[in-house]
Amino acid sequence: MDIVNGDIIDGLSNRVFWAIGAIYGLLVVASIIVAILKRRAPGDATTELSRRVTSWWFMITIFTIAIITNRIVSTVFLGLMTFLAFKEYLSLIPTRRVDRLLLLFAYWAIPVQFYFAHQDRYGLFLTFIPVWMFLFFPMAMTLAGKTEGFLRAVGTLSWGMMITVFALSHTAMLLAAGDKAGPAGGAGLLLFLVALTQFNDVAQFTWGKLFGKHKITPTVSPKKTWEGFLGGLFSTAVVAALAGPFLTPMPVHWAGLAGAMIAIAGFLGDITISAFKRDLGVKDSGGLIPGHGGILDRVDSLTYAAPVFYHAMHFFVFSGRI
Amino acid sequence: MSRYLRIAFFAVIVRPILLIVLGMNLRGREHLPRQGPAIIVANHNSHLDTLTLLALFPLRDLPRLRPVAAADYFLTNKLLSWFALNIIGILPLDRGGIKKNPLADLEAALDRGEILILFPEGSRGEPEQRADFKRGVAFLAKARPHTPVHPVFMHGLGKALPKGSLILVPFNCDVIAGEPFKYEGGAPAFMETLEARMSALASEGHFQPWE
Repeated sequence: MDIVNGDIIDGLSNRVFWAIGAIYGLLVVASIIVAILKRRAPGDATTELSRRVTSWWFMITIFTIAIITNRIVSTVFLGLMTFLAFKEYLSLIPTRRVDRLLLLFAYWAIPVQFYFAHQDRYGLFLTFIPVWMFLFFPMAMTLAGKTEGFLRAVGTLSWGMMITVFALSHTAMLLAAGDKAGPAGGAGLLLFLVALTQFNDVAQFTWGKLFGKHKITPTVSPKKTWEGFLGGLFSTAVVAALAGPFLTPMPVHWAGLAGAMIAIAGFLGDITISAFKRDLGVKDSGGLIPGHGGILDRVDSLTYAAPVFYHAMHFFVFSGRI
Repeated sequence: MSRYLRIAFFAVIVRPILLIVLGMNLRGREHLPRQGPAIIVANHNSHLDTLTLLALFPLRDLPRLRPVAAADYFLTNKLLSWFALNIIGILPLDRGGIKKNPLADLEAALDRGEILILFPEGSRGEPEQRADFKRGVAFLAKARPHTPVHPVFMHGLGKALPKGSLILVPFNCDVIAGEPFKYEGGAPAFMETLEARMSALASEGHFQPWE
């Protein structure tokens, strides 16, 4: 590819390092702004905000270490993140005692799925959960012999597996694209997706706080507004247009479009997980990340953004070559 | 020696498992006792309950934390009883014994400033289903009326490792610590207060059924 000698450190393009540097720059700016806000208006809201920013420092640092070490570490990290999200899901939903061992088995689908992604086995990656697990779960439950609550159990398990494990495993598939993925490699694509998805969450939140008036989904997520959504969409598209040509093979206008797509998909993932939590009567999916809630609360946007971005890349940008 | 083994067991094995494989959401940390004497009262679903409650406290507090456990279950074979006494640090309770005061050891521990962990359901029973509390805890509270009683509700560990199973299935567990209270107005009133507080904590969690 067009990677010249010296542009690569340990198999990782130094473009990835520059992008990570830029993210830390943004984090420093955000920390300063929040510190000023906290001094001006001390209270619960700003304390919560600064707790969130502190958590961002931890999350971005963990992600950075995971992504720059090597691809195996990165994939294992993504798998672990998926495991925590799936575990939160299974812990929240009603489950049946008779399915206890099947749930243990379902966890083992995670390393298998991430192995297929790591090996870049597109066909297996695509069929393992939507076909094989989809058929296996109801079969195992049928053979276990308890029909009471069967539909609910098989439905919730299959959907949870899709929305967490299958959806999030697309991040590992991006990594597996390696140097086929252009100037910054698969890591560049992954960074583009994850950074923009998270940036969009923050941008939507900020625009919404500043100008939010008209609610989009009052019954699902009453704090989401059109102003926040459109502001986030615009900001994310602009940042994507700037970062895209640097991290991906896309030219400016395509990268901007990809950014808009990530913003819309991210928003949909966010409210979909909100609907799920609201149905169960919980506010947060867990308490692992101070100020943010659980892992599932943090990766909710990614559950939609990752598959949509991956398949759009696969189909339109690389014509099946990644 | 066993003191260091105990700390190592919790630092190297229990805490990492609770963090990664199980995962714990703690609510009401501010209600947990900072110093002894105190009585922690919890519902019982799994062997993991004790380990989880012990892991809520800093490692340096371990020597003062004493889970009260049935002598007839834990002291039957040598290995188990060594583990229970030295690593978990249980205070054995003689169930259905003929002693004059079966609570004497517990009262002495409170007098030494220790924090007792009690499961008044008496046994793990059906996982994730609460059984009635036995009244022994009321007699202990009556004997030491100035000792605060801390209700703690736990959910999820009965799914992860229920009675009768040896296979651990990952589930997040929830621990909700409630405000402490003291013995007042007789044993039946105390039991009523305790049950009411546990029910209030249980309904705080919006937990889904497991059947």
